[in-house]
Amino acid sequence: MSETDIGLWGVPLAILGGAIRVSTPFLLVSVGECLTERSGRINLGLEGTLVFGAMSGYAIAYQTGSPWLGVIAAAIAGAAFGFAHGWMCKLPRVNDIAIGISLMILGMGLAFFFGKPYIQPVAPDLPSISFGWWADLPQVQAALRINVLFLLAIVVAILMARMFRTTRIGLMVRVVGDSTDAARALGFHPDRVRLFSTAVGGALAGVGGAYLSLYYPGSWNEGISSGQGLMAVALVIFARWNPVSCIWAALLFGGAGALGPALQSIGVTQGYYLFYAAPYVLTLGVLIATSSTSRAMAGAPGALSITK
Amino acid sequence: MSIDLASGAGSETAVREWLEKAARNAEGFVIPVGALIAGLAVFGLFLLFLGKSPFDFYALVYKAGFGTAFSWENTLSRTAPLLLAALCVALPARLGLVVIGGEGAIVLGGVAAGAFAMVASELPGPAGMVGMALFAACAGGIWIGLVGALRHLRGVNETISSLLMAYIAIAIMNHLVEGPFRDPASLNKPSTEPLFESWRIGSMPGFDVHWGLAVGVVACIVSWILIERTSWGFAARIAGGNVRAAQVQGLPVGRLIIGFTALGGAFAGIAGMIEVAAVHGSANGSLAAGYGYTGILIAFLARHNPLAIIPVAILLAGFEASSGLVQRRMDLPDATVLVLQGFVFVAILLSDALYGRFKLFQPELWRRA
Repeated sequence: MSETDIGLWGVPLAILGGAIRVSTPFLLVSVGECLTERSGRINLGLEGTLVFGAMSGYAIAYQTGSPWLGVIAAAIAGAAFGFAHGWMCKLPRVNDIAIGISLMILGMGLAFFFGKPYIQPVAPDLPSISFGWWADLPQVQAALRINVLFLLAIVVAILMARMFRTTRIGLMVRVVGDSTDAARALGFHPDRVRLFSTAVGGALAGVGGAYLSLYYPGSWNEGISSGQGLMAVALVIFARWNPVSCIWAALLFGGAGALGPALQSIGVTQGYYLFYAAPYVLTLGVLIATSSTSRAMAGAPGALSITK
Repeated sequence: MSIDLASGAGSETAVREWLEKAARNAEGFVIPVGALIAGLAVFGLFLLFLGKSPFDFYALVYKAGFGTAFSWENTLSRTAPLLLAALCVALPARLGLVVIGGEGAIVLGGVAAGAFAMVASELPGPAGMVGMALFAACAGGIWIGLVGALRHLRGVNETISSLLMAYIAIAIMNHLVEGPFRDPASLNKPSTEPLFESWRIGSMPGFDVHWGLAVGVVACIVSWILIERTSWGFAARIAGGNVRAAQVQGLPVGRLIIGFTALGGAFAGIAGMIEVAAVHGSANGSLAAGYGYTGILIAFLARHNPLAIIPVAILLAGFEASSGLVQRRMDLPDATVLVLQGFVFVAILLSDALYGRFKLFQPELWRRA
C-alpha cells in the first residue's frame, strides 16, 4: 500500500482510526464493569482479568488456530475471575476494593506465569470489516477498518441499556445495586445477583483482553495492558453508570490513547512519553471534575462502596 | 486496682486478666499468620499441580533468602524500599484510605534525587545525601499528598486516583530521564548523571547491607510512635474508624488525611532516593521495579501496623531475593513471585472474615473459666 502524503490531516485521521481501535477494550471492560457496579459492587481486579484474558485468548488461538475460540476462552477465564471476586465479596467484612487489588496482582501473575511460552509464537488475528471501501486514500481506509468485536461491544452496550430500562432482570440488578435491604425485602438474593453481575462483567473484560492480544496491538507480551482495565473502571463513573454513555466515553479515551502514536507518526518525538500519559491525565481530570464530597453522584447505585 | 498477691484468689484474677488480654491480642497475630501459611500452602498446591515440588521450592527460598550470611545480606538490602513502600500504604490505611500508588512516589523520589545531584553537584557528600533525601521526600510527599487532598476536597476515590498517578509518574520519569535530565553518556539505558562516589550511600559497619535498611526501620518505628503514642495518631485512628464521629468531635479530618498521605508519600519518595543513591547510582527506568506493589501486600499482611511491617517486609524481600535461583533451578518463569504474592494476598483478605469467629480469642471465655 502506498501512503499518500496528506500532511497534518493525517493526525486527526489517525486519531479517529486509533480511537476506534484503542477504545474497544475500554468499551468492553467498562460495559462489563457498568453491570457489576449497577449491582452494587466494584471490581478493581479487571486490570488483572484483562491481562489474563489477553494471555488465555492468545494461547488458545495459537493452539487451535481459531481466534474465535480464543475469544471464547478469554470470556470463560474472565467469568471465572469474576466468579471468584463475587464469591469472596460475599463473605462478611471482606472489602470489594481490596479483593479487586489482590485479584489484579493474581491475574497478572498467572497471566505472565502461563504466558511465558506464548511471547514468541504468532497467533491468528481476529478479522475486521472494512468500512472505508468508498475512499481512495489509504489512510482513510486504514482508519475505517473496524474490528467485529467493536461492533459487538456496541450491540452489548445498547442491549444492556435496554435491559436496565425494560426487563425484569435489569430492574432486579438496579434494585440490588440501590439498596441491599430493599432487594431482600422483595425476595431477591443480593449476593447471587452480584455474583452473576460480576461474572458477566469479568467475561466482558476477558473478551477485551482477547481483543488486545488478537487484534490491536495483536501480540501477547507482558506490557500488553498498562492500566486500561483500571481506566475503564473510572470511565464508568464518567459515563454515569449508563452503558450507552460508555460508548462515547470509551471513544474519547481511545482518542486520547491514540494521540501519542498519531503524533509520532508525523515525526513529533518531543515529549513522546508525556503524550502517552494523556489517557491517565484525562481519566484523573474526569474523576476530579465529576466527583463531589457533598452530594451523591447523579445516577450512582446507592449500595456502591466507592460513592459512599 | 489492687491485687493481693499473697492470696490464691488474687493471683488467679491476675492470671485471668492476663489471659483475657492475651486472647484479645492473639487474634490479630494468629489469624494473619494462619492466612500467610494458608496462602503459601495454596501456592504449594499450585506448584504440585504443575508437577513441581513445593518442598524444593520453599527449601530453595530458604536457602537463597535466609540460609547463609550472604543471602541474609541480599535479603536485607532489598528490604529497605519495601519497608518504606509499605508505610505509604499503611499510614493512609489507618485513616481508612486504600492508597495503592506508592510506585509513583518511589519513581518521582528517585528522579528528584537524581536531579538534585545534577544541579547541586558542588555540595559535599553528606549535605548532598541530605539534600537528595529532602528533595525526594518532597516529591513523593506532594504526589501522594495530592491524592489525599483530592480525596478530601473533591471526594475523588483515592485507590483509583493513586494508581492513575503512578502511571503518570512513570511517564514523567521516562520523559525526564530520556529528555531534560539525560546524561548523554548513558546510551543503552537512559539515566541521569551518575552520582559521585562521596554521594553514594554505603554499607553499615560489620555487614554488607546499605544504610537504607536502618532508615526504613527507623521510619517504621517513628510511624508506630506517631500512630500509637501521639494525639495525632489517636485522632487519625478515630477518623479511620468513623469519619462523621471524628468531624463531630472537631478533629481536623482534612489536615489528617493530607498529612498522613503526604507522610506516606514522603517515605516512598525516600525509598526512591535510597534506590538511586545505594543501588543504581543514577535515576533510570529501574526505579519502577514494582516495590510499590509489593508494599501493598506487606501493609495488608502487617494489618497496617508499622512495627509488624518490619518482619513481613523481610520475609517478602527473602522471596524476591531468592527468585533468581528458584527460576534457574526449578525452571519457573520470573512471574512466579507475583503468583505467590497474589495467592497470599487473597488469603490475607479472606481471613478478615474470620475475626470474631473463634471462641478461643474471646476474652469472655477466659473471664468465665
